[in-house]
Amino acid sequence: MTTRRELLKQSTTVAAMLASLGMYPHVAWAQSSTYNAAAFEAKNMGDLMKALGGGTPQESKDVVITGSDIAENGAVVPVGASTTLPGVKRMLILVEKNPSMMSAMFDVTDAIDANFATRVKMGQSSNVFAVAMMDDGKVLFASKEIKVTLGGCGG
Amino acid sequence: MADPMRIRAQATGDKAMVRVLMAHEMETGQRKDGAGKIIPAWYIQEVTAQLNGKTVMTAQWGPSISKNPFLQFSVKGAKAGDKIGISWVDNRGEKRADEATIS
Repeated sequence: MTTRRELLKQSTTVAAMLASLGMYPHVAWAQSSTYNAAAFEAKNMGDLMKALGGGTPQESKDVVITGSDIAENGAVVPVGASTTLPGVKRMLILVEKNPSMMSAMFDVTDAIDANFATRVKMGQSSNVFAVAMMDDGKVLFASKEIKVTLGGCGG
Repeated sequence: MADPMRIRAQATGDKAMVRVLMAHEMETGQRKDGAGKIIPAWYIQEVTAQLNGKTVMTAQWGPSISKNPFLQFSVKGAKAGDKIGISWVDNRGEKRADEATIS
């Protein structure tokens, strides 16, 4: 029979093991000090720009979002974001109707082109944004609607 | 430790196109298992790319990047024989770094 004292002892051991493996949620969050958790929790453009310290986004022809019009599988939707403008600080890929808007944030240096492609999950048909945050504080974006026939967020 | 990444880097002119395929579950933390319990989020948070050991790009990702993530970008001034290094850190603190030579 297990006594209460033993049980307590065991549970602290297990907790310590979990913590050492980095499996405790708050421990895991604390490990990455540069990770902008607030930005990744933002639900709309206003909150997102507040979290990133950007101005009001303006639509621009110089920013390009690529993707198909219809995505059959919402779990794997190819999207690309690019711009040819000089002085880009950051590129973002956003999906408007996902539980959290931002999918990816790329910090651009002089050594690379502001041209990224990746694959995102989409819960439902939605507008997808490519956002370029410039050195001079301007925020430019392009959007495109992608229709999803099978959502990629459900179980 | 996670499976290795597959990295392909090809030089065209004065640029190199880098394509990376990472092996990761990218669990969103919104799905439920058979018993109705939420499967905890597990996803890559930070990605770093290096050219010959110098960091050229850093990225932060959310859980909405697809499972086994794909990433494509191009590096200026890279030529055949240069080394491209990619590393990631996930929200559990697990890490993986791999290197490829530009062809």
